[in-house]
Amino acid sequence: MSEATASRNAPDTADTGKRVAFRGGGFAPTRKRWIGPLLFILLILLIEWGTRTGVISNLTLPRPSDVLATFVELWDSGLLWKHLGPSLGRLAVGATLGVGAGVAIGVLIGLFSYVRAGLTPLVAAIFPIPKIALLPLFVIWFGIDEGSKYALIALGTFTPTVVAAYGAVDNVDRSLIRMGQSFNLSWFSIVRKIVLPGAMPGILSGLRVSLAIGIILLVAAEMLGAEYGVGAYILEAGSLYDLERLFAGVTILSVLGVLVNASVGAIERRLLNWRV
Amino acid sequence: MDLHLDSIRHAYGSVAVLEDISLTIPSGRIVCVIGPSGCGKSTLLRLIGGLERPASGAILQGGDPPAGCLNPLTFIFQDFALLPWRSVAGNVSLALEDHGLPNAETERIIGDVLARTKLSDFRDALPKQLSGGMKQRVAIARALAVNPAVLLMDEPLSALDSQTRALLMEDLVGLWTRRPFTAVYVTHNLQEAVLLGHEIVVLSRRPGRVREIVKLETPLQDRRVGDPDLEREQQRLWSLMREEAQAADQELIDV
Repeated sequence: MSEATASRNAPDTADTGKRVAFRGGGFAPTRKRWIGPLLFILLILLIEWGTRTGVISNLTLPRPSDVLATFVELWDSGLLWKHLGPSLGRLAVGATLGVGAGVAIGVLIGLFSYVRAGLTPLVAAIFPIPKIALLPLFVIWFGIDEGSKYALIALGTFTPTVVAAYGAVDNVDRSLIRMGQSFNLSWFSIVRKIVLPGAMPGILSGLRVSLAIGIILLVAAEMLGAEYGVGAYILEAGSLYDLERLFAGVTILSVLGVLVNASVGAIERRLLNWRV
Repeated sequence: MDLHLDSIRHAYGSVAVLEDISLTIPSGRIVCVIGPSGCGKSTLLRLIGGLERPASGAILQGGDPPAGCLNPLTFIFQDFALLPWRSVAGNVSLALEDHGLPNAETERIIGDVLARTKLSDFRDALPKQLSGGMKQRVAIARALAVNPAVLLMDEPLSALDSQTRALLMEDLVGLWTRRPFTAVYVTHNLQEAVLLGHEIVVLSRRPGRVREIVKLETPLQDRRVGDPDLEREQQRLWSLMREEAQAADQELIDV
């Protein structure tokens, strides 16, 4: 009875009453696939238009189409791989050494109080040193060839990895470790089956930062003494004020950064599919 | 296997948590521990399970664990403590991997406990895909897999909604009637205590002391929600705890 009355009155109240305003929107990022590339293309078109009409002088920015032409030339002449090959090699070796040692030391810091007490101040002391400033020293220690470049990249990726790794170990759910102990798992089993997988999200997000730093240091190392390499290419272009080549080199680095980031993302999706 | 607690005392720094607890957990029975919040019930359980060391007193095992027992004192936690990166079967196998069992035997145990907890269809699911009740059933399966002598349950149903709780309660009673196990069951829910406990240990507020031990003789499978005897028992327990709970509440506000 009362229900019937309520439903009959409903249209009336809708007329007379004020609609409740919606205020729950926003603060929920959703994936918009095409906005990123679109903005990028628009920006390039704007620069192209600016340089063609003369709004932007040729001294300030190169014409994007010229940069592309330079890039094609680089590709055709085979010089691209001559520069990119050694660079990728240096990055791979240096970053592998640095990240590997960083994860190992970081996990040890996370597990052992004595290691933590000893090494955290040391890492904090090394972290803020601009590694580029040490390059002359590395040249003496490891030689002017590849050794000093590996060392520079390794040291540069090492410190952020250590910090990320021990933070990640600290953040592993203690109740899971306690569960492992309650089932009498060995210390080694707890580390391998609970601590390491639990620390993986933190280690991988640290990896993004470390590898970006690795790319920066790669160029820095190559600027000092390398015949081939993206850094050497950029340095040469810069000293000749050849903006097209300079930007072609910079573009290569950007693409490298995007690729590295995307592959870390792919690893994350594969290894961390258990995350909610 | 029996457990004997001999005048256990425990403190965190200068704060005494447990004071002179002496108890016997008889084989094949479920002992429920109830008490106001902060009285040290969970601490008591961790002491019994060897995850913490008592400040004084001793916890003694009477007799040997039965043959085939891989982990005599096995916990079931309130927050389930499942590894999110392992499937249901993987979480169960975690408890078995360190024992060097042949693969076929491990597989047999996993299949058996998953069947007993009605999880056979979900063996490859990840914890994130499971409801709270299912997660706790996985934790129960994992605990059963090591064939424990004593199950130590720390408010295992507290994180679940009331319907799921009722269902899991039936599961626990079913598991016990089919194959009686020894258990210490910590809870703040008096109804769970009267439905599941052969003995109910009432602790006082901090520092926790044994106020009373209530024995219930009704067989577990005959206990029903709303049974007048059990209701009366529950009321009596509440009257025992009421003042303590109130005082404990005030205490927390004072802190």
